[in-house]
Amino acid sequence: MAAAAPVVELKQITKRFPGIVANDSISIKLHKGEIHALLGENGAGKSTLMNILFGLYQPDEGHIEINGQSVAIDSPNKAIDLGIGMVHQHFKLVQPFTVTENIILGMEPSKGGVQIDYKTASEKVKQLSDQYGFRVDPNAKIEDISVGMQQRVEILKTLYRGANILIFDEPTAVLTPQEISELIEIMRRLVAEGKSIILITHKLKEIMSVSDTVTIIRRGKVIDTVKTNETSPSQLAEKMVGRNVSFKVDKTPAQPKEKIIQVNNVSIKNKDGISLLDGMTFDVHAGEIVGVAGVDGNGQTEIIEALSGLRKIDSGSIVLNGKEIGSHTPRQISEAGVGHIPEDRHKHGLVLDFSVSENMVLESYYKQPYTKRGFLNFRAINDLAKRLVESFDVRTPSIHTKARSLSGGNQQKAIIAREINKNPDFLIAAQPTRGLDVGAIEFVQTQLIRQRDQGKAVLLVSFELDEILNVSDRIIVVYEGKVIGEVRPEETNDQELGLMMAGSRQGGIKA
Amino acid sequence: MSKFLKWFASDSFVVSLAAIVMGLLLGAVVMLTGGYNPITAYMALLKGVFGSPYGFGEALREMAPLVLTGLAVAFAFRAGMFNIGAAGQVLLGMTGASLIGIKLTGLPAIIHAPLAIIVGGLFGGLWAALAGYIKAKRGVNEVITTIMLNWIALFLCNYIVRTFLLLPGNQRSLDVESSAWVSIGWLSEMMGNARVHWGILVAILASIFFYYFLWKTKQGFELRAVGSNPEAARYAGINVNKNIVKAMFISGVFAGLAGAFETLGVFHYQSVYSSLPGYGFNGIAVALLGMTHPFGVLAGAGLFGTLTYGSSEMSFEAGVPSEIIQIVIGSIIFFIAAQGIVRYLLKPVYKRKKEKVL
Amino acid sequence: MKKAVKLSLFMLLAFSLVLAACGNNNSGNSASTGSEGEGSKAGSDIKIGMVTDTGGVNDKSFNETSWEALQALKEEQGIKVEYLQSTSEADYQPNLNKFVKGGYDLTWGIGFALESALGEIAKQNPDSNFAIIDAAVDAPNVESVLFSENEGAFLVGVVAGKMTKTNKIGFVGGMESPTIKKFEIGFKAGIEASNPDAEFTAVYASGFDKPDEGKAAASTLYNEGVDIVFQAAGGTGNGVFNEAKDRKGQGQEVWVIGVDKDQSLDFGDDITLTSMIKRVDVAIKTVSQQVIDGTFKGGTTTVLGLKEDGVGIADTSSANVPQEVLDEVESYKEKIVSGEIEVPTVK
Repeated sequence: MAAAAPVVELKQITKRFPGIVANDSISIKLHKGEIHALLGENGAGKSTLMNILFGLYQPDEGHIEINGQSVAIDSPNKAIDLGIGMVHQHFKLVQPFTVTENIILGMEPSKGGVQIDYKTASEKVKQLSDQYGFRVDPNAKIEDISVGMQQRVEILKTLYRGANILIFDEPTAVLTPQEISELIEIMRRLVAEGKSIILITHKLKEIMSVSDTVTIIRRGKVIDTVKTNETSPSQLAEKMVGRNVSFKVDKTPAQPKEKIIQVNNVSIKNKDGISLLDGMTFDVHAGEIVGVAGVDGNGQTEIIEALSGLRKIDSGSIVLNGKEIGSHTPRQISEAGVGHIPEDRHKHGLVLDFSVSENMVLESYYKQPYTKRGFLNFRAINDLAKRLVESFDVRTPSIHTKARSLSGGNQQKAIIAREINKNPDFLIAAQPTRGLDVGAIEFVQTQLIRQRDQGKAVLLVSFELDEILNVSDRIIVVYEGKVIGEVRPEETNDQELGLMMAGSRQGGIKA
Repeated sequence: MSKFLKWFASDSFVVSLAAIVMGLLLGAVVMLTGGYNPITAYMALLKGVFGSPYGFGEALREMAPLVLTGLAVAFAFRAGMFNIGAAGQVLLGMTGASLIGIKLTGLPAIIHAPLAIIVGGLFGGLWAALAGYIKAKRGVNEVITTIMLNWIALFLCNYIVRTFLLLPGNQRSLDVESSAWVSIGWLSEMMGNARVHWGILVAILASIFFYYFLWKTKQGFELRAVGSNPEAARYAGINVNKNIVKAMFISGVFAGLAGAFETLGVFHYQSVYSSLPGYGFNGIAVALLGMTHPFGVLAGAGLFGTLTYGSSEMSFEAGVPSEIIQIVIGSIIFFIAAQGIVRYLLKPVYKRKKEKVL
Repeated sequence: MKKAVKLSLFMLLAFSLVLAACGNNNSGNSASTGSEGEGSKAGSDIKIGMVTDTGGVNDKSFNETSWEALQALKEEQGIKVEYLQSTSEADYQPNLNKFVKGGYDLTWGIGFALESALGEIAKQNPDSNFAIIDAAVDAPNVESVLFSENEGAFLVGVVAGKMTKTNKIGFVGGMESPTIKKFEIGFKAGIEASNPDAEFTAVYASGFDKPDEGKAAASTLYNEGVDIVFQAAGGTGNGVFNEAKDRKGQGQEVWVIGVDKDQSLDFGDDITLTSMIKRVDVAIKTVSQQVIDGTFKGGTTTVLGLKEDGVGIADTSSANVPQEVLDEVESYKEKIVSGEIEVPTVK
């Protein structure tokens, strides 16, 4: 395999943006039939490099060879002509259109130059789908099919255009564990049929299970290129982050104390009368982390919103420190000692156009000393921001920088700093590590455990089973708006949890 | 001071300046193709405003409502809303001031005038708050409600003037009691009877208030948070609905003050309007020119007022149709809104400078 | 940041240079205009200005008619004429003032909307001469011209009364104002005089610039069986004509009576039965001529009625109106002129 000329060779690619070198003389070889993973933290330069390969950017130095021929890729169309296809992290599909319509969009086959020949097109889509085992219905509408299926449509789109080299940009970020393993199957099938794949990711597990070769990029530079079977996750992580990272979160056994929060038979219906929460009941004690496992859409969002006062509950009660808070406003609940790290940092956690320092007081701006006689006290606010930025290691050029220009990890750190600084009795952490790289994940998880050790009650909602298993002291599994089981992490594994999450087994052997 | 200098050098300032220059150039090109001399035309324009105390006074008179309506639009915008209804709020402000100014008699000026101004501002504020309330309670987009409320305001105010305040046989109200006037008599006299009034001073104070309120107070913090990310504000425990109503109220007060000063300072009566006066849309234009910053609005109103007021001198002295100025104003707003174009056109300037430095 | 500073400084400099250049030229100019001085004036030195209301100079109505009259005077007598458009009611005073400061011998205010502004400026400038259409300003240096619209409307009312087949006649006013009311009342009196059995309906729009409302109003009237509509509604009246045109196209027998000028020239005599003429041009020419001749007195209010030919009926009416009706109109006119009939102005 190694003897043949590489399908793609990037030679000494350098790309500079004002104030930063995004790619610093990067060289990568992709061979036929190979899955080549590109590993790096957020902002390491992976996306820039792939945008160069796909013709969206022009390199400042260096050049690209396809099958040994030097080429200039000046537009995505040129890249497509050269057989390069890109599967974007955020799908670019027209929701009300069918699968076939989406796939042929922009290159519609026509009968007599006017009428679109849907029949031929949908046959071709069907044939492609069968060839790679996609099981996609060419006539289904995008809005009716699952996220995993939509991703397959994206892949089909590139195959339909004759792609031999496929770039996958963080393909698993939006998928459920089952969908992830199916995707891995599809990728194997693709390379078996002679395609070559570049996989951009920062998830070590996937790299280990699917790729042949890994190139690690850090701060725009290639750190190393290694054969996957000659390395280990910890080696990769170390190369990616530049220091030693531990995967097993260090923690001592929990020492739960008094009950902080009690959720009792809480139900919520939506406008159409459909049950979102159906008698949910659980509690969290001081000094423990309770993990909520479940497939997305089984009531996680609703229970978090109910706990933080953002959504009215229809029946049941929520008791915090012996006081009913079920009908309180978000501010009352926040003042009663609840901290909330929201699921969507951009939408709910931060005002992106506010400075870091303004975001730090988003929930406490009205209190002394941040407000004096109705006027904001910028000295106190900035002092607080400086202290938090320092102690939580939020990397920002200044406390006056807009939150928008921080990296995802640092945005999350800022939110955590703000919430922890409130010194809450009860901390809700919703998807706290979603989209973060290894270093930041470690930081966030450590913070949660530290809170626990200080005697706080922590509720962790996550779709990452590993995280649930590693961080929680107790796991509750939610399915269709209620708790269907409770397990201890040391007494279960991801297979069992996965089955419970699918609702197939009523677990719940409480120790 | 250094902050002030920094602002001058800031990107948005340069872009605005460039947009203005481009707008003036485009107007010049149109004049040239029409066979007019742009230099004489612009000279006449400047002369109209700065050539005589009367012209300057009247230009100030023109600017006062522009500043206030501009602030109204900008303030709502900062809180995430688009107030298209400044025209209606101005009318309500006029009506409030007229009611107090005409119906109440025998009050000393020190009470009468401020009372009329306050009531005018309140009328405008409450009218706008109505749109805010409908948005907060029912989620109806404020663009739609403010546009509709404009028409309701027009007919409501006409009705009030016709029924309670009419000067018999005329299409206007009775004269406002002189104790409610806010004209500055001595200055007016000095300026050849130009209708200068305290409104311009209030407008400047209003923009200072705008700045301090929005960026220095607790309530302003809430409004800005709601304006740039209502969801995050809600998560942070801020009462979003209350802030929507509050923001619209304050926005409406600015517009209502504009109306009150037009009645009390300029006309001393209120007309029955056959169609919506242009205050609302001018306010949007000024807010855009000022990039919704209070001091930008001041500058924008200065520019807009100079151009519109000076345009009649332009047609008078240089024979250039005053519509040309509308083209200039329109294109300045266009260039400011389409900053990409300006940056693209400025690129060679930046680049050449860079090369020179190297 | 440094670049930005330099650039802005550069632009400021450039801008100020341009300004400076302007300033220089400016002073030269004003010096030359200032030297014209007073002295006796030949006809060609006379300057007459007019300020429009917010309708603008191309309003297809009295502003336009006035400006045409002034231009005709310029052609005939070689005087200098100029107009200024008002975009808002706040513009009236500064616009009038421009003419005063420019040394104009007469400044016209066109329309009742300028009444207060013109009164104010006339008071401030007792040495300048003014004239106003459609409003009475009581000042020694202002000549006011009013029209007896009721008399003209009476005549077209006679035509309508004689010509209606359905015995239903309508009226569309632009806005319920005293001036427009005069049209309605005169029109109604004319109908009553010539056809006491006819039903009469008056509808008002909310302004003079709402052709859509005009169209809707006309539609309502025609639907009720009205076959002749008199419009006194400025631009709103265009909608009345449009509605009539639509219905005529569908074979319905409907008519519009135009206002202010001979509107059959604009809208065609297939739908324009006749028009009530208001001779704004006569007023403008008469008063302006007094200034040219040096006989301007000011301080008086002239009412132009049938007698003075200030109002009347369009010459082209014979296209649709039979001679015997026109003869009857003529006899009514004589009675009004002689004072035998007095046309009411208020109900």
